[in-house]
Amino acid sequence: MFEDLRDLYQEVIFDHNRNPRNFRVMDNANRQVEGFNPLCGDRLTLFLKIDDHVISDASFQGSGCAISTASVSLMTEIVKGKTEDEAEALFKQFHEMTTGKTEEINLEAIGKLAVLAGVREYPARVKCATLAWHTLDAALKNEAQSISTE
Amino acid sequence: MSTFPIEQIRADFPILGETIRNKPLVYLDNAASCQKPQAVIDSIVHTYSHEYANIHRGVHTLSVRATDKFEGAREKVRAFINAASTKEIIFVRGATEAINLVAQSYGKSQLKAGDEIVISAMEHHANIVPWQMLCQQIGAFLRVAPMNQQGELLFDEFEQLLNAKTKLVAITQMSNALGTINPVEQIIAAAHAKNIPVLLDGAQAIPHMAVDVQALDCDFYVFSGHKIYGPSGTGVLYGKQALLEAMPPYQGGGDMIRQVTFEKTEYAGLPHKFEAGTPAIAEIIGLGAAIDYVTAIGMDKIAAYEAELLDYATQQAEQIKSLNIIGQAAHKGGILSFTLDRIHPHDIGTMLDSLGIAIRAGHHCAMPVMDFYGVPATARASFAMYNTRQEIDVLMQGIKSLIEVFG
Ligand SMILES: Cc1ncc(COP(=O)(O)O)c(C=O)c1O
Repeated sequence: MFEDLRDLYQEVIFDHNRNPRNFRVMDNANRQVEGFNPLCGDRLTLFLKIDDHVISDASFQGSGCAISTASVSLMTEIVKGKTEDEAEALFKQFHEMTTGKTEEINLEAIGKLAVLAGVREYPARVKCATLAWHTLDAALKNEAQSISTE
Repeated sequence: MSTFPIEQIRADFPILGETIRNKPLVYLDNAASCQKPQAVIDSIVHTYSHEYANIHRGVHTLSVRATDKFEGAREKVRAFINAASTKEIIFVRGATEAINLVAQSYGKSQLKAGDEIVISAMEHHANIVPWQMLCQQIGAFLRVAPMNQQGELLFDEFEQLLNAKTKLVAITQMSNALGTINPVEQIIAAAHAKNIPVLLDGAQAIPHMAVDVQALDCDFYVFSGHKIYGPSGTGVLYGKQALLEAMPPYQGGGDMIRQVTFEKTEYAGLPHKFEAGTPAIAEIIGLGAAIDYVTAIGMDKIAAYEAELLDYATQQAEQIKSLNIIGQAAHKGGILSFTLDRIHPHDIGTMLDSLGIAIRAGHHCAMPVMDFYGVPATARASFAMYNTRQEIDVLMQGIKSLIEVFG
């Protein structure tokens, strides 16, 4: 019935929505930022533990739509073990992919995150996918306690 | 339902023939804005093709014609809400501008530090923020009458808020987020017993029920043209003449003056005192056409038809186990606000869109209502006179299918 939506709602997204990974409060986090999308009221809190410029742990709390939940869940998986610079680079690539700035998706770099490329065709939903990454960006820069997509 | 000319009405709205993502459009976002009948579209085309010029300022024939049509629309609005005089009908851009006008003109001139304004817990941001701004400017206080879990105003609590410091009650006649229709007669009687004027936000009520401002005895009534099948950029502020006379202008400029020198300006009389600058001429004439259109069908018939639609939709929705209806007031207009267990309203909105169904997903410019129910957002299907039971069936089938897909 929802054939048209297969690119947007891939099975991986349903899976992460049903069973979000790293969905927990992190007691020993040394970065904690709240991301807010005033358009839809979605809120998430991102926790990072950064040791010597390497993200040794990432987790989140909050509630949102399937796209935003899957996006943050996938993100916490993929950034674990990456250096801050690597994570920033990934943020840029993800941003370009979801806003349609690059046609070619660098699959090697972006890996599983490619399942979120479908939001390009749904301008109203791009922010759902990028909220997690803007929150990560703020956490890496260590400037703000909370960010908003507007 | 059989006497309601639904086929004819649907045929009058060209957009209802559109397909969205290869499916017939099912438009259920009427509380946000309604679609336009051919009569309104034709009216705008006709004005620009044959009768357009600026109004109130030309001796030439076209300007006279345009002025006649524009003032004719004012008379149509007057008759439609049964105001005593066209002097009481002020054209503005929408309900939002009308409320801001009252806040800044009436509020700033009549209220002072320590005074109180009473609103309700179910207001649209347009009936919250202008009062907050006024309160900040003059040191007045906003008091909020609570509601119960069904989304009904708690009348006793409301009445207890009215005191010697209360200088205005501003309340919605029908909630856009919940569908609740408030007992406005009772509200007005209680406020008037204490000499408190009442502003009714009629933005949602106006397309769904007959409104008689004299019978209601409200002091101000506001609505937007685009929600009653008219063009966007049009709105109406009704105010009792004595109140409007005493109020200072809201904006200064052309059309609202009698005489201007650099020393002193003498303002025009009502209603022009509040209509500075060139208005949305063709659109307001189009609003007149929209009013003719609904009047010909009959507001009581529209109300009865929509009540049946809502009943049907509610019954169908209640059969879906994981669906929670937000707003279950005993007296409700055609709005079905809901959430689904474990499925976010935005996903509902995108999924239904792929089936050609337009609903709204979000906070509906009523964030305090969302907070009250502890949800970030709801999905909202809102009905108009051109919707059908078949469309509700399509909606319900879509909801059932997406619940399945989400698993
Ligand atoms: C109850 C209510 N009041 C006020 C408004 C504001 O109307 P507008 O945006 O047309 O000025 C709306 C519109 O959604 C509404 O539903």
